[in-house]
Amino acid sequence: MRVNFTVNGRQQEADDVWEGESLLYVLRERMGLPGSKNACEQGECGSCTVRLDGVPVCSCLVAAGQAEGREVVTVEGLAGFAKQRAEHGGCASGACGSEGGTSLQAAQQWSAKGTDSQTGEGTELSPVQQAFIDAGAVQCGFCTPGLLVAADELLERNESPSDADIREALSGNLCRCTGYEKILDAVRLAAARQGEAV
Amino acid sequence: MDFLRPASWEEALAAKAEHPTAVPIAGGTDVMVEINFDHRRPEYLLDLNRISELQDWHVGEETVQLGASVPYTKIMENLRTELPGLALASHTVASPQIRNRGGVGGNLGTASPAGDAHPALLAADCEVEVESQARGSRLIPIDAFYTGVKRNALEADELIKSVHIKKADGPQQYSKVGTRNAMVIAVCAFGIALHPETRTVRTGIGSAAPTPIRAKAAEEFLNSALEEGGFWDNGKIITPSIAKQFAELCSGAANPIDDVRGTASYRKHAVGIMARRTLGWTWESYRSGKGRGAEGVA
Repeated sequence: MRVNFTVNGRQQEADDVWEGESLLYVLRERMGLPGSKNACEQGECGSCTVRLDGVPVCSCLVAAGQAEGREVVTVEGLAGFAKQRAEHGGCASGACGSEGGTSLQAAQQWSAKGTDSQTGEGTELSPVQQAFIDAGAVQCGFCTPGLLVAADELLERNESPSDADIREALSGNLCRCTGYEKILDAVRLAAARQGEAV
Repeated sequence: MDFLRPASWEEALAAKAEHPTAVPIAGGTDVMVEINFDHRRPEYLLDLNRISELQDWHVGEETVQLGASVPYTKIMENLRTELPGLALASHTVASPQIRNRGGVGGNLGTASPAGDAHPALLAADCEVEVESQARGSRLIPIDAFYTGVKRNALEADELIKSVHIKKADGPQQYSKVGTRNAMVIAVCAFGIALHPETRTVRTGIGSAAPTPIRAKAAEEFLNSALEEGGFWDNGKIITPSIAKQFAELCSGAANPIDDVRGTASYRKHAVGIMARRTLGWTWESYRSGKGRGAEGVA
């Protein structure tokens, strides 16, 4: 079947989608967006977390057909999404304005390497991505995309989260390197920077 | 496989009538796991996400009509006053991502003894509204809903529309045993609701029998013990011997198995502990509420 939905603010179309296929599979294998990670396939690990109409969900548990006509934000579009939110305020869908969003090609080529020798420099990052790099919250990196999407959503609705709020918001994201302390540091850092900017 | 996408409740009922083997999918947190792991290859998937009334709830005089697909997050955020037990149970479901998608309809449809909502639904008392194109809608009392391990009273052409849950008329509590707070399938769970209007107490036990159950003997014992002692009126502390007896009867109602999550004997023990604790919490809350009420009158 054919499925149409918005990904990172741009309309996309996937063909020959099997009816039992997950949104995660469509994103990774049909749209070339491997940022959302495939690990447990049962909603335990959170590494496939995306925003579906603004709501954080495990994309492995959304049937592709259920995404029809809806708006998805993946980690590849997080920088553009955060930028748009900062400029236009409060847009949770990632689709404010027809010119917005991240093209599929740009999303496919997205990389944190940038143009400079330093990781992340010269590349557009969302504040939460920059904070993860600065706090050393990335080890093997497999859980990182899901954590970034979840953490970004937390900071969108809660400007100054308590430690309990952060733990709660990230409780559905597992890190097998067990780098949780640095991850908490990163979210605190992003929140503090967000507070300074206001 | 075919993917059916009804745009309305009527269309969904028609699709279910035409294809009784169709598997309804709403939050997908049970169904997609089975598909991802190749445990299930339904001929038809019936997507319920486009049916907006399943996402709605109405707070009435005596009951809350809760749409089958209202996500647990919404229950926690909006219905804590009317459905405190279910709100507490909702908070123990998996993780934020899962709570954003899953709802009570899925718990009832799957009818796993480990579903987190069941003990709260049993304790609060409710009726499940199901509907078919051929016979219209009917209300199934929650006590008659669970018919076996992962089996319920639903006919093949029926869909779960909503749950009519009695609004809390007294304190409710919920307790769950697991290895940690998030992402845990219950080792066992316990729900309790005090109903001062009828001077009764209702319970619900999860993951400790082939189906979710009530501890009826324990309820009957407690109801008469509270009545005899005049506890509902005098608001005295429940004596340790009554609480102990109640806990033992709850434990005795459980009929658990040994599995990877825990042993049968541990589950029986834990049910008793949870029963005693949750009774203490709810009764304490009832007593303090009474005290405040009396002062207000004076």
